[in-house]
Amino acid sequence: MRPFVFKIGGEAGFGIMSAGLTFSKIATRSGYSVFNYSEYPSLIRGGHNLMQVTISKAVARAPYQHTDFLVALNQETIDRHQSELAPASGIVFDSDKNLDLKGLRSGINKFSLPLNQIAREVGGSLLMRNTVALGASVALLGGDLAILKQLISEEFAKKSEQIVAENHKTAEAGYKAALTKYKKFVRPVLKPLSKVKPQIVLTGNDAVALGAIAAGMQFASIYPMTPTSNILAILAAYQEEFGYIYKQPEDEISAINMAIGAAYAGARAMTATAGGGFCLMTEGYGLSGITETPLVIIEGMRPGPATGLPTWTEQGDLQFVLRAHQSDFPRIVLAPGDIQECFEMTRQAFNLAEKYQTPVVVMIDKHLCEGFTSLAPFIGKDFQIERGKLVLKKQANYERYALARDGISLRSIPGLGNNVIANSDEHDTRGYSNEEIENRNSQMEKRMQKLVTCAREDMPAPKFYGHKDAAITIVSWGSNKGAILEALPNLKDVNFLQLDWLNPFPAQAVAKILGRARQILNIECNYSGQMRGWIAEQTGIKINHSFLKYDGRPMYPEEVVREVKKVLKR
Amino acid sequence: MTTHQQLASPIAPTWCPGCGDFGIWTAFKDAAVQEGWDNTNTVMVAGIGCHGHINNFVKLSSFEGLHGRPLPVAAGIKMANHKLNVFVFTGDGDALAEGGNHFIHAARRNQNLTVILHDNAIYGLTTGQTSPRSPKGFKSKSTPQGNIEEPLQPLSLALTAGATWLARGYAGDIPGLMDLIIRANAHPGFAVIQVLQPCVTFNQVYTHIFFQRNMYRLSKDHDVTSKTAAYAKLLEWGEKQIPIGIFYQVREPTYEEQIKQLAKRTLVSAGAPKRDISRVLKKFI
Repeated sequence: MRPFVFKIGGEAGFGIMSAGLTFSKIATRSGYSVFNYSEYPSLIRGGHNLMQVTISKAVARAPYQHTDFLVALNQETIDRHQSELAPASGIVFDSDKNLDLKGLRSGINKFSLPLNQIAREVGGSLLMRNTVALGASVALLGGDLAILKQLISEEFAKKSEQIVAENHKTAEAGYKAALTKYKKFVRPVLKPLSKVKPQIVLTGNDAVALGAIAAGMQFASIYPMTPTSNILAILAAYQEEFGYIYKQPEDEISAINMAIGAAYAGARAMTATAGGGFCLMTEGYGLSGITETPLVIIEGMRPGPATGLPTWTEQGDLQFVLRAHQSDFPRIVLAPGDIQECFEMTRQAFNLAEKYQTPVVVMIDKHLCEGFTSLAPFIGKDFQIERGKLVLKKQANYERYALARDGISLRSIPGLGNNVIANSDEHDTRGYSNEEIENRNSQMEKRMQKLVTCAREDMPAPKFYGHKDAAITIVSWGSNKGAILEALPNLKDVNFLQLDWLNPFPAQAVAKILGRARQILNIECNYSGQMRGWIAEQTGIKINHSFLKYDGRPMYPEEVVREVKKVLKR
Repeated sequence: MTTHQQLASPIAPTWCPGCGDFGIWTAFKDAAVQEGWDNTNTVMVAGIGCHGHINNFVKLSSFEGLHGRPLPVAAGIKMANHKLNVFVFTGDGDALAEGGNHFIHAARRNQNLTVILHDNAIYGLTTGQTSPRSPKGFKSKSTPQGNIEEPLQPLSLALTAGATWLARGYAGDIPGLMDLIIRANAHPGFAVIQVLQPCVTFNQVYTHIFFQRNMYRLSKDHDVTSKTAAYAKLLEWGEKQIPIGIFYQVREPTYEEQIKQLAKRTLVSAGAPKRDISRVLKKFI
């Protein structure tokens, strides 16, 4: 089934994003599943903003290139998106603005409404335009105006009753104007379903922050950077309620070193950044490794190098995160593929970091960070906090880096009477600097053994979707999962291998699946095929077909279908 | 009670004979014995440089981190467990070059930390390059034609940035330095001791003799609560013009005192609690 795609676009600063989110909640509160995707330039005012909402009775997992309903609050929205309008789709625009619609194909329903006039006359401000548009959209898509009004009441709950009432009136006016003029064009897209279960609508950033809170995180130091800045916004807001500390540091170097200091002192600690910030963190990454200090790092990818495309998406940091820092140390690298996995893998990352006393990187990208999805509310009972070999009592003859077969020494914290030495120099079992050959070898081998233990005790098999035998096996990772799963029902004889544990890497399982595949199509959002290279290094398998995308836009289901067909034709 | 025997590490110091670090090391251990600093209440944090080796020579819990980064590590330790005495050992290259940004912002935060700045005005561990403290004209491996940059004044910088306790000591005056270390730790807030520390191997300008000829103690009349008086004294440097002692001391709320989450207990004493987020989730419905 092809999902319904709603898009709203306009000038930045006019509440496009909040209107899109409100619209998606009308859908979820009517029983539908949604996926929201937004596009915006790195500006606060001016420039083009777009939010699109995929609506489905099944699970919505990705944005689409086609559009079924477009709310165009300015000419630029029309110019950029009119070619995406599907047959029998609709476009809402302002009747007063002399907009140029000449490029519009025939067969598209034009909903010409006095949006600005209603905003000014009923709402008292042009800024209410998005509320008028929401009212009109609810009307034309068969939605329940009461749900929109309820959402408005919640949004403005902290402001005056007058503001709520004005917004209600404005939404109603938009609703009535649309219904009066275009009643016979109404499509039942938002018609409330008989069974409506509560759903949360949230971004990957929200899910990461909530996962950290749920997992007992005690200290987070995060310097703002798109696309992960909203992680810190959530963490900062709830710190007093839950008793942890969020600290804004002076830079990313400080961020990672503060988190390492807090973790050394015994707190569950994290930092988060984008690829550019992670460049600054690379020395701290290895410090966490050699001092065996647990640390969770959230790495949000965006197109680079340097400033790159700040508000767009890419998966170009894979090889960087796998290799960053000089020399070797055990690093655990995870890559959630959707927002549910963002929550679960962040929680898990805290357990892994403490169990293996080493950095754990959770790699996400702008598309996951800032895309919204609807989910059943997260539950807590499937998770337990595990702190590994943490010793909170005084031990006789304690040695921080005592050799251990599994590579994991007893970890204690300062202030309990144990002599707890963390040392960035190579050190002996007690922590004192030591450059002897035997000691170097045994400490290096002890540290690296942790990855072997982790692969054995914690690494699951990779996720696999579809029949075991298929003409094409798609292999991919990260946010592409959504578009690929949306595409699969439209493709015959295709299965999908999702890689979510990147280091340690499930080389045997991957080799088995790819070894029996008839054709392999690697899909990722970077120029050089970084996962293709990693698979080759880990398994020896060379993949011949790749779809590589580095234009900053996310993967679309339409593209997946197109690329699979291309391989089939070869 | 802490004894010198308890503080004795199995590792013998590797500093050059006559290095100022010996004086700082001894003064710190004397202070620890006098104040009862031990593994139940104290952490040493060091950066990279000759100073950083000190962690190996005192048997106390410690973190030797990266060049320039001891302050952020100490900041994290202090926020996680503000009951600990946290001493930051850093050098002039460590604190003022590689870690200059951290130094400014740590002072701004007024965390209750004691910073012992080993100021030898040279890079010793890399065998003699100019540092941000080296005087103008200073010849070294990196400035064979003479240093053309002005030296930084770390205490003026810290004062501008918001530090609340500032002193200068001398590595050759062990009892005096011990006293300053104890007072700095007792001060609630960001305390910096600039320790004049001769590098006997690579710095032939700032020698023991140079300091002993030119230092003088701040008079009892010096008003430690006046920023203006502190700045005036910190402008002095040169022949017969190197004041030592406490320049500035004011009581302002520390960073930790202003965090509500720390009002009743330390972060670490709460453990890592599993939390019920269902109430927060309602806001996303």
